[in-house]
Amino acid sequence: MSATGIPERVGHLPPRKGEEGSSEAGYNFAYLDEGTKRMIRRAILKAIAVPGYQVPFASREMPMPYGWGTGGVQVTAAILGRADVLKVIDQGADDTTNAVSIRRFFARTSGVATTTRTTEATIIQTRHRIPETPLSEGQTLVYQVPIPEPLRFLEPRETETRQLHALAEYGAMHVKLYEDISRHGHIATTYAYPVEVAGRYVMDPSPTPKFDNPKMDDCPALQLFGAGRERRIYAVPPYTRVRSLDFEDHPFRVQEFTAPCALCGARGHYLDEVVTDDSGGRMYVCSDTDICETRVAEATR
Amino acid sequence: MYVAVKGGEAAIDNAHRLLAEARRGDAAVPELSVAQIREQMALLVDRVMTEGSLYDPDLAALALKQARGDVVEAVFLVRAYRTTLPRFGASTPVDTGAMAVERRVSATFKDLPGGQVLGPTFDYTHRLIDFALAAEGAVEPAAEAEPRDDAGTCPRVTDLLAQDGLIEASPPDDGAPVGDLTREPVDYPADRALRLQALARGDEGFVLGLAYSTQRGYGRTHPFVGEIRVGEVAVEFVPEELGFAVPLGRVRLTECQMVNQFKGSGAAPPQFTRGYGLSFGQSERKAMAMALVDRALRAEELGEPVASPAQDQEFVLAHCDSLQATGFVEHLKLPHYVDFQAELELVRRLRAEFEQGRDRAGMQEAAE
Amino acid sequence: MSAPLLSAHGLSKAYGNRLACAGIDLDVTEGEVLAIVGESGSGKSTLLSLLAGELAPDSGHVRYRMRDGQTQDLADLGPAELRRLMRTDWGFVRQDARQGLRMAVSAGGNVGERLMGMGERHYGRIRGQALDWLGRVEIEAGRVDDPPSQFSGGMRQRLQIARNLVTGPRLVLMDEPTSGLDVSVQARLLDLIRRLSAELGLAVIIVTHDLAVARLLSHRIAVMRAGRVIETGLTDQVLDDPEHAYTQLLVSSVLAA
Repeated sequence: MSATGIPERVGHLPPRKGEEGSSEAGYNFAYLDEGTKRMIRRAILKAIAVPGYQVPFASREMPMPYGWGTGGVQVTAAILGRADVLKVIDQGADDTTNAVSIRRFFARTSGVATTTRTTEATIIQTRHRIPETPLSEGQTLVYQVPIPEPLRFLEPRETETRQLHALAEYGAMHVKLYEDISRHGHIATTYAYPVEVAGRYVMDPSPTPKFDNPKMDDCPALQLFGAGRERRIYAVPPYTRVRSLDFEDHPFRVQEFTAPCALCGARGHYLDEVVTDDSGGRMYVCSDTDICETRVAEATR
Repeated sequence: MYVAVKGGEAAIDNAHRLLAEARRGDAAVPELSVAQIREQMALLVDRVMTEGSLYDPDLAALALKQARGDVVEAVFLVRAYRTTLPRFGASTPVDTGAMAVERRVSATFKDLPGGQVLGPTFDYTHRLIDFALAAEGAVEPAAEAEPRDDAGTCPRVTDLLAQDGLIEASPPDDGAPVGDLTREPVDYPADRALRLQALARGDEGFVLGLAYSTQRGYGRTHPFVGEIRVGEVAVEFVPEELGFAVPLGRVRLTECQMVNQFKGSGAAPPQFTRGYGLSFGQSERKAMAMALVDRALRAEELGEPVASPAQDQEFVLAHCDSLQATGFVEHLKLPHYVDFQAELELVRRLRAEFEQGRDRAGMQEAAE
Repeated sequence: MSAPLLSAHGLSKAYGNRLACAGIDLDVTEGEVLAIVGESGSGKSTLLSLLAGELAPDSGHVRYRMRDGQTQDLADLGPAELRRLMRTDWGFVRQDARQGLRMAVSAGGNVGERLMGMGERHYGRIRGQALDWLGRVEIEAGRVDDPPSQFSGGMRQRLQIARNLVTGPRLVLMDEPTSGLDVSVQARLLDLIRRLSAELGLAVIIVTHDLAVARLLSHRIAVMRAGRVIETGLTDQVLDDPEHAYTQLLVSSVLAA
């Protein structure tokens, strides 16, 4: 987040029908009006003050559909300053269509610099991954969240889940893990794996693979989570304890890949399976395209 | 050699150009004007305005043109535009009792002050395809109404019932500010004003289905159409610096007041209760469905068991919005490689363990 | 005699202008089984909900002697404390097992939930306790991973009992636990309840319309009619020599039947 203060308005109202000119010139810096940004910032501040707690906010209609990142986009719009450098990833990659679309949206409505390099970005908006490159102080990771409520599929009613969070009654969450072990011999939750934040609230880390859960713990960067359709914002402040739920005798474990990345040879990265032909051919490559390209470039230099 | 998939930028640009071409259709066919859509697809325009929460027939018509006639997509465009508009304040409540009525029907009284006015309606038409419409031609002018003695007075049916105490009083204006679900997150339980907002914005098909379910026994409300009225009302606004109401213009509305049976409770005598529906333009189906669901959602307040979907406000409010629904359903088109990879790995491992277990069992059997 | 474990004073609750409970006083001491009997509509289920803190009384108090020996008014406990009390020191066996169990969760998970809610995080120990308790309520160990939706009515009630007793509560409320079961299944369940409450020194408040159930299980009995307790006393005394005319009618109608 840059400290340039509130950006001034760059235009007036959006053009009405029949007017000439490019539409994006008519919108405020980063699309949202300043009143809305202040409202979102208040929710973000509250979320940071109460780590892992879901703060309701008045999510706006955005020009992209619900479920396509409206929550993350609103959080990014609210914190974006002119000096920021923005990176947008989807599935770990900068070049997936939705990442391209959101990056373009901000390039057009704010004119800020964009990058694909994790190390150069001040704000990284993500869907489903945390970059492999360790994040540093001063960076903000903005997650797009479809279902913010970790208890949703145990208890569909908002009134009840709110009560359970207030009373820290998370027994039911462990019942689900117990059921996994009794049925499969191990915990069978592979993504959106619930975590306990700062020893208090149980939180949904968004549908990142559990492979990424350890990166959330004691992370130097600020982590913000935006759920547009469900109208919730939550946060993990820098250097906060994030613990994946487990049992003493069935500790949390991440996925392991036996083969290295077929492109850069990295081990210990999350890999995408790529189907190479119609006769069962497969290869495994880094889901994080930035680190993969960087490694390939370094190797060939 | 595999190369990671690139070219998202070019692909999106090309897809958008193709969309623009598909929108235009065959260039040999004359292009639709916004005015043509506004005038000749008027009910569709009304629906887009209602669900888009913005009264602007030209904008709704343009959105329909841009959306190739896809209602939800057009609503989406209107809503995304609406969200950027500055907000000056709220108008004073419109007075539907003073509506310039174009259509007004009651199912509870055969005749009543102001009369039954059918107006422009599909009701009682025979649904036969009119092949004459395929050819362009002039329309026979509509008949002019005979003036009635009571023309100009058209009291609401619910007001007539209320005079005798037969129907619950309309809730008094307590002066408290009315919530706005487009500006504040919904806090359950939501009050009736917020529920009505959600229903007014809600998808017509979804609200219709819920309303229908109450008629089929899932939360029965024993409804009668007290009145449906369609027409223009004045919109007035009180600027702070003036301190009195000034007219802003007129909007066309459809209002439905549903009258529902109520047997009374220990505390209250039997009387009729109300369900309320209001929509932009002429959207009768929507206004009626809204009124039925509004009444069903009052179950708890009226001491009725809450057992059916239409009575469950969390269920109704969380699912009635077509944009929220379509967004989340359609987001399944987005890539989920990473999550799917996690599940693939798990299923493979579980299958391997299953095979090992079966092999072991097989060996034991063989040993016995 | 020691101070009561639970005592209610002047409990009243009205629905509209109908009094469901009116000025009810009662005590339960540790290890004592109290039966509340009466016809349907006499207010006994409302009374149980009031005692459990699920319904707020219009007037009156429920006091409980906590594990630390301090007696507290339930109305003074915050929602968090009240819920903790309910899932540790109290049990509640429902008439309808579907309200007392998670029907889609395995029997082991059902029994283990309270332990996990209290912070137990060792799968092996949770499962061990679940198996132990299933054994004590006569459910085969082989059914530990089956959900109660696959259980018979009697098994579901026994599973509810195990789910409640796993945290070692001192007080268990039971709402018509045997109704709707076959006679032979009922007898087995009653036998189990009697044995466990004696072994564990449980205080039990059981609501039943069935005087035979009350006679078999309870030390003391309270007879309810139209929202009031009209007669209390030792079970044998009340059932063999009822004082109140209504109790006499109730007892004789059972004998005649």
